[in-house]
Amino acid sequence: MINTLTFSLRSLRRDWRSGELRILAIAVVIAVASMTAVGFFTDRTWQAMGQQVGELLAADLVLTSTNPIGSDRLAYARTSTLQTAQTLNFRSVVIADGKMQLVEVKAVSADYPLRGSLRVAPKLFAPDDVTLVTPGRAEVWVNADLLQKLRVHIDDVISLGEAEFLIRKVLTYEPDRGGELFNIAPRVMMNIEDVPATRLLQPGSRARHMLLVAGTEDSVRAYRSWLTSRLNPDERLATLEDGRPELRTALERAQRFLGLASLVSVFLAGVAMAMAARRYTQRHLDTSAIMRCLGATQRTIIKIFAWEMFWIGLVAGLLGCLLGYVAQTGLALILAGLVATELPLPSLRPALVGLPLGLAVLMGFALPPLLALKDVSPTRVLRRQVTTPVPRNMATYALAFLTMAGLMSWHARDLGLLAYVLGGAVGTVVVLAMTAYLLVKLLNGLRGRVGVAWRFGLANISRRAHVSMAQIVAFGLGIMVLLLLSLIRGDLLEGWRKTIPPEAPNHFLINIQPDQVQALGDFLAAHGTAKAGIYPMVRARLISINGRRVEPKDFDDPRAQHLARHEYNLSWAAQLRVDNRVVSGRWWSADEHGQPLMSFEQELAATLGIKLGDVLTFDIAGSKLDTAVTNLRTVDWDTFNVNFFTILPPGVLNEYPATYVTSVYLSPEGRRILTPMLERFPNVTVIDVDALLGKVRQIMERVSLAVEYVFIFTLLAGLAVLYAAIQSTQDERRYETAVLRILGAHRGQLLRGLVAEFVTLGLLAGALAGVAASIIGYALAEFVFHFDYRLNLWVWLVGAVCGAIGIGVAGTLGTRSVLRQPPAKTLREV
Amino acid sequence: MVEAQRVSKKVTSPEGELLILDDVSLKIDAGEAMAIVGPSGSGKSTLLGLLAGLDVPTGGRVFLDGIELTTLDEDGRARLRAGRVGFVFQSFQLLQSLTALENVMLPMELVGEGSPRTAATDILQHVGLGKRLHHYPNQLSGGEQQRCAIARAFASNPRMLFADEPTGNLDQTTGARIVELLFALNSERATTLILVTHDRAISHHCHRLVELEAGRLTGAA
Repeated sequence: MINTLTFSLRSLRRDWRSGELRILAIAVVIAVASMTAVGFFTDRTWQAMGQQVGELLAADLVLTSTNPIGSDRLAYARTSTLQTAQTLNFRSVVIADGKMQLVEVKAVSADYPLRGSLRVAPKLFAPDDVTLVTPGRAEVWVNADLLQKLRVHIDDVISLGEAEFLIRKVLTYEPDRGGELFNIAPRVMMNIEDVPATRLLQPGSRARHMLLVAGTEDSVRAYRSWLTSRLNPDERLATLEDGRPELRTALERAQRFLGLASLVSVFLAGVAMAMAARRYTQRHLDTSAIMRCLGATQRTIIKIFAWEMFWIGLVAGLLGCLLGYVAQTGLALILAGLVATELPLPSLRPALVGLPLGLAVLMGFALPPLLALKDVSPTRVLRRQVTTPVPRNMATYALAFLTMAGLMSWHARDLGLLAYVLGGAVGTVVVLAMTAYLLVKLLNGLRGRVGVAWRFGLANISRRAHVSMAQIVAFGLGIMVLLLLSLIRGDLLEGWRKTIPPEAPNHFLINIQPDQVQALGDFLAAHGTAKAGIYPMVRARLISINGRRVEPKDFDDPRAQHLARHEYNLSWAAQLRVDNRVVSGRWWSADEHGQPLMSFEQELAATLGIKLGDVLTFDIAGSKLDTAVTNLRTVDWDTFNVNFFTILPPGVLNEYPATYVTSVYLSPEGRRILTPMLERFPNVTVIDVDALLGKVRQIMERVSLAVEYVFIFTLLAGLAVLYAAIQSTQDERRYETAVLRILGAHRGQLLRGLVAEFVTLGLLAGALAGVAASIIGYALAEFVFHFDYRLNLWVWLVGAVCGAIGIGVAGTLGTRSVLRQPPAKTLREV
Repeated sequence: MVEAQRVSKKVTSPEGELLILDDVSLKIDAGEAMAIVGPSGSGKSTLLGLLAGLDVPTGGRVFLDGIELTTLDEDGRARLRAGRVGFVFQSFQLLQSLTALENVMLPMELVGEGSPRTAATDILQHVGLGKRLHHYPNQLSGGEQQRCAIARAFASNPRMLFADEPTGNLDQTTGARIVELLFALNSERATTLILVTHDRAISHHCHRLVELEAGRLTGAA
C-alpha cells in the first residue's frame, strides 16, 4: 500500500523541479493575491469610508441621554483607548439689542468633533474654511440666519442666560447637524465649560447630553457591546448606520461596487486556475497511465494528485496572501496623496477568507480534470492517442460552484448581489461558450481561402475547438472586465454622479410669506437664478392614525419614535412633481381639490405602519384635520429639491397659516444676490446647504476612487486569466512550431501563424466581450443601481479592436519563446 | 552534399556531462542512400538531427549543400531546409490540427510553391491516401499516418530526405510496405537519403551503411 501523503510530497518535489507545477502555483498565487489584495484594500477602504461617514455623527458612536452622561461610560471609553468628546444640546433664547431669538445651543468640549471638521467664515456670506479649534471661553459661533434675524454682526455681544458672549465666527458647517432643515432654530455653538455660567440648565431642564466616541473598529465594537447591555431608558446609541438617508444610500451603493469588484476578481481567479489545472492534468496523463500499469488504484491516483494540489494550494495560497498584503500596502502608499484620510490597518479577515477560498477554488477547478486522470486507461502507455479522457464530471463542477458560492456569500455579505454576480457569471460563461463554439466552427469554412500562416492559425483554432472555446471565454471574460472597468464603469459612475447634479440646489429659502411668493419669484428670475418652485407648507403634528393616538412609545423602531415626536410640514400640490412617483393608490383629480386627501411618502408610511385608506388626524395650530391616505409615493431625495413627506390637494389648508419654501442653486458669485434679497425680504431666512452638499459629493468622489483602485486588482486577475489561457496550449504550440521548423518554416512565417491565431481569438473574444459588457452594464444600471443607462455601441467596436490587438500582441509575445528552441530538443521534450 | 567534420555533442545531465557523439566525421554524396545503424542510445538520432540542422553540435562542423550549418542561426537553418530537405519520423510528427491534405501542402506553402493543393492531392493519391485527404491524423491508422508523413516529405521534391526509424512504430507487414514506398519514391526522385534504423534488413536497401556505438563510428560499408 503506497503512503499517498508521502508519495504526494515526493511527487510534488519532482514536479516542482521539472517546472510542471510552476504555472499552476503562479496561478494560485496570482488568484489568492488578487483576492486578498482586494480584500485587504477593500477592508481598509471600507473602514476609512466608515470613518468618513463617521463625520455625520462627528464620531464612530454617540451616546445620547437626557441626563448627564454617567462617569463610568466616560471612564470605560478612556480605558479602552477610545477618543472621546462631549456635547450638550438644548434650546434657549438669545437676546441682542432687546431682540430675542430661539436658538439651538450646542456646547462642545475641546476635542469636538472626533470625525470630520467644523467650517467657519469670518463674516456673513464670506467664503468659509475648515477650523481645527472650537469656540473659546466667553465666545460663540453662530449660524448666518441668527445674524440675519437679530441684525447683529461679528464681534457684537449677545446674552445667553446670565452670561454674555462675543460673536466671533459664522458657523457654516458642523458634521453632525443632520437633516430636519426646516425644523431647526439657528445654531449657537459655545464652549462646554461656559454652560454653568449661563445658569440655564437646572435639574429637569430639557437637554441632550452626548458622549462622542471614536477609535479602531474593534475597540468601538467592543465598547458598543459593553454599553448596549448597560443602557439606561434615557440613553440612546447612535452609530454610523443612523447617518443621513442619502449618505446611507451612497454607502450602500459603494458597498455594492466594491463587493462586485471583489467577486469578479474571485471568479476570474477561478477561471485562471482552471486553465492552469487543465494543463497540469494534460501533462500528467502519461504519468498516471504508467502508475496504473504499475498497479496504482484509481483511488490512489486521485488521492496522490489531490494531496499534491492541496500542498500547492496551501503554499501558493500563503504566498498569495503575503503578496496580496504587500500589493495593497504599495497601493495604499501610492494612494496616500489621493485619499485624504489615512487608511486604517487591515484586519486579518481577508487572509482568513482568501486562503480557504483559494484552496476551495483550486480544488473545485482542479478536481474534475484530476478525476479524469483516474480514468486514464493503462493502454495509453502503448498508444497515446487512443485513450485521452475528457473531464466529464459536471457534478464536481457543481460542487465547486456551490463551495465557491458559499464562501463568496460569506465574503460578500449580500445574497442579492451574490445571486446577481453568480447568475450573471454563469449565464455569461454559458452564452460566451456557446457563441464562441459557434464562431469557431464557422471559422473552419475560412481555412481554404487564406494563406498558409492564416490557415495554420485558423486551423489551430478550429481543430482545438474545445480549447479555443475555453480560451475565447477566458479572453472574453478578461476583456469584458477591462471594458466594464473602462467604458462601462465610466458610464455607470457618471450615471451615479448624475444623481446629484452639479447645480443641485444649495440654498433653501424659508419663511416666505404668501404675499411675497410672486415678488420673490420675480426677484430670483431677474437675477438669473433658475426658476424653482416655491412651495407652501403648514406645520402640523400627527396625533392619531385611524382614531388611535400616536405615541412614541407605541413604536419599536427608534426612527418611528422620533417621527411620532416631531412636527410635519404639510404641503399641497395639484400636480405630481417629476421627482415623485405614485407607487400605490392614485393622484387626485382637479375636482377632488379641497377634499381632505393625503399623499404619503412610502418609506415613512412603512415606518409608521400607515397604509392606503388610513385616516390620519393632524393637529394644526390647535385645530384638528382628518385626512385620508389616497396614495403612497416615492421621492428622489438625491435631487436636493424641496420635497415633502406629506402632500394634500390644493384648497384644504387655505385657512391655516402657511409659509413658503424654495431651493435655489447659487454659484459662489451668485451669492451676491443674497444681500439685496434680504434687504427686500427681511423675514426670509437663507439656509446654506452647500457645505453639506459638498460633503456628500466628496464622499461619493472618494468612493468612486476607491472602486477604481479595487478594480485594478480585478484587472490583474483578468490578466492572469489571459496568461493562463496562453500557457494552457503552450505544449501543443511548441510541438507544432518544432515540426514547422523542421519543415523549413522561418521565423516570419511562424510569427504570422501565431499572430493569425491570437488576433482571430482576440477579435472573437473582444467582440463577444463588448456585447456581454454592454448587457451587464445595462443590467447593473437598470436592476442594481437604478440609473438610466444608454447602450454604448462603441464598446463593441473597442472590444473587438482592442481584443485583436491586445490578445494578438500578448499571445504572440507570450508564445514567442517557442521560436527560440532547436526543434530536435523540443521534439524530445514534448 | 552532407558532411560532418569531427562532430561531437555533449549534454548536461544530473550525473554530469554526457558525451553522446564523439568526433564523428562522414560525407554523403548527392543521390546516395546511407543508413546509420547501431544499438539504442548509440547516438544515431542525435547524429541525424545534427546533419539535418535540427540541433547544433558542441564541437565540429556540419555542411549541407556546401553551406556550413553551424554558422547559421535557427532561422537560417530553417530557411536552408525549406524545400530542400524532407523528413520522416518514427512517430510521424504530423500536425494534429491540420488534415492529411493540409499537412502535405505545408512544406510547399512554406516555400511559396505554385499549386500546393494539386501537388499534395497527387502525391497523397500516389501513396494510397486519395480517399483520406480530409481526415485528421488521429483518424488515420499508424501506417496511413506514416504514408501521409512520407507524402509530406516528398511533396516539395526535396533533394535530401532524412528518415528516423520510419518503421519503428509499425507492425512488420505495414513496416515493409512503408520501406518499399520510401525507397520507391527515393529512387524515382533521385533523392539523397539518410536513414537511421536498428533494422539491418532495412539498411540493406541503402548504398552505404555506417555503424555507431557509444557515440563513435565503429564501421562503414
